[in-house]
Amino acid sequence: MGASTDGGHGHGGHGDAEPGDAAAGPTVISVSKVSPRVRTIAVVRPTEHDVTYLEATRKGLGVTLRHFMKNFFGRRRPAEALARGEVVTAKSFIPWNEIETIQYPEERTHYPERFRGLHRLMQRDDGTVRCVACMCCPTVCPANCITIIPAEIDEHGVEKAPALFEIDELRCVVCGLCVEACPCDAIRMDSGMHAKPVEERGHAIMTREMLLGVSGEAGKDPKSTATQGGEGPAWRE
Amino acid sequence: MKTLYTVLDHPATKWVFIVFALVMPLASLLTWAERRQSAMMQDRLGPNRAAPTFAPWLKLKGILHFVADAIKMISKEDFIPGNVHRGLFTLAPLLAIGPVLVAFAIIPFGPTIYPHALDGTLDPLALAQDPGGKDFLDSIRMQVASFDYGLIFYFAVLTLANYGGTLAGWASYNKWALLGGLRSSSQMMSYEVAMGLSLMGCFLLVGSLEPGYIVTAGASSKLSPSNPLNWLWLWQFPALILFTTASIAETKRAPFDIPEGEPEIIGYFVEYSGLRWGLFFLAEFIEIVFVAAVITTVFFGGWQVPFLDGDGFRFGGYMVETNGQLVSTGGFVLKVPHALVSALQVGAFGLKVILVCWFQLLVRWTLPRFRADQLMNLGWKLLLPLALAWTMVSALFKLAAMYFGWV
Ligand code: SF4
Ligand code: SF4
Repeated sequence: MGASTDGGHGHGGHGDAEPGDAAAGPTVISVSKVSPRVRTIAVVRPTEHDVTYLEATRKGLGVTLRHFMKNFFGRRRPAEALARGEVVTAKSFIPWNEIETIQYPEERTHYPERFRGLHRLMQRDDGTVRCVACMCCPTVCPANCITIIPAEIDEHGVEKAPALFEIDELRCVVCGLCVEACPCDAIRMDSGMHAKPVEERGHAIMTREMLLGVSGEAGKDPKSTATQGGEGPAWRE
Repeated sequence: MKTLYTVLDHPATKWVFIVFALVMPLASLLTWAERRQSAMMQDRLGPNRAAPTFAPWLKLKGILHFVADAIKMISKEDFIPGNVHRGLFTLAPLLAIGPVLVAFAIIPFGPTIYPHALDGTLDPLALAQDPGGKDFLDSIRMQVASFDYGLIFYFAVLTLANYGGTLAGWASYNKWALLGGLRSSSQMMSYEVAMGLSLMGCFLLVGSLEPGYIVTAGASSKLSPSNPLNWLWLWQFPALILFTTASIAETKRAPFDIPEGEPEIIGYFVEYSGLRWGLFFLAEFIEIVFVAAVITTVFFGGWQVPFLDGDGFRFGGYMVETNGQLVSTGGFVLKVPHALVSALQVGAFGLKVILVCWFQLLVRWTLPRFRADQLMNLGWKLLLPLALAWTMVSALFKLAAMYFGWV
């Protein structure tokens, strides 16, 4: 423990309530010649502000009081502006307050265009499911939450379709890989909706019919513009 | 009619009135106000949408949250762990809430009402000269009990409330709860001393421990008691700060909430659930109301409306002594009927209490929790000596004032 001279002076002015601030070391006033380990050091007494907490209390109350007054008497900023995170510059007779809350079900933040929401299954022109049960999405899904049992069909030049297509929305990590993996634009996450709240875990499993119905709920076109399949069963001949 | 006034003036009636018309509504509303106010202080909105299922539009800014809380607490399971001391476990919440309700007996929440004078304006001079006059035959004093030892009663009764926390910790058969109970009792002990001493200067100055007298007398006999300059906040400002600090510690709320320390160090009611826990919770809020009532009564003129004397708003009056009583008279008077005066004064008391409650919530949501050692240092090394010193200063001031005839 060498007698440290640097840092000692600044320490006295700090007025920290802890006299034994180990990092800076004490200010050494004199060192005994007989035994150098015996030293006289300056004791840092806490100032009256530290002891009474009056100054800190006054400051803190000032901050919270200002916020309270602003938010209590002020006018809430328009929800659309809050949702987009915009600064409100419009003049108002009653000053705008600083409340950041967006009251969720009625008001929503602005969702980005590529927001990944609830899955939906796309339909063909005749309303059948576009999915050809190629098993790409259950393979790529990192959460293993897609279950597909394929069935054999023979229409539109397509040979397979899912007899069962289920997504467990509780296990889904909303990564969007299933959408990227799909070779025929059969699954999308552009519904803009959140997974529904459920009371039992089992209810969070979306079946094929539910996934087909999401388009209607979200008000999106269930048809894809991408062409799929050949010219009909004849192409095999 | 005679019996009606006797019934109205009965302590039990008045106690029921103050508890069910003032304390309980205020304490329950505080549970909502606290959340809303803290939200406002932190740029949030707070709970604002509790509404009955049959009337979803009835949101009222979320005031009904306290009803929802009550329903939740009543319908929750009241779990009693094994090995607890059942008797004390049951007694503890009652001990926490009971004494505070009893202590409200000493709080004057309004002026003395003279039913026969209600149709006109009260004449304070006539009242002082002839207290037995026909207008003043019956009186309803808006204070449950006016003991000479008034505030001492408060200190004594509130000490009992501390048993609530300590017993809860002890009866719970849980080490953490026990430690919480010990923290609670040590904190209460440290701060009660400073709390009692900080009011000593007020007693010296006014010359009475009776809250009703403090309100009707004020600090100086030269000014009307309704003059805000005559209220003790001006004459005893250091005492106001000391008492507010100590009494916030008594309510066991942040920054003095180490007995409970909900998030990290477990508190004394960790084993409580359902309505029993609700009682502790409610007791805390009732204590806030009570502390606010005491601060209002002692330092902010209780039910006095600024410049409103018994007969109306008076500006530039002076005090005369009539029949051994000081009465404010003269000056410019704006006559106000007795009924309106009484209503204004009761309303003023309520308003002041609400404002002091608001201030306590502001403090609670501003300051972080003290460490145990900081807490003890503040109590024993700062508040106590300062309170003692202030008592001396007040005594010297009183001596000088008596000698020179200042007050
Ligand atoms: S979004 Fe990701 S986790 Fe969810 S189903 Fe698709 S691949 Fe699986
Ligand atoms: S990747 Fe597309 S086509 Fe293949 S199984 Fe999944 S949804 Fe169906």
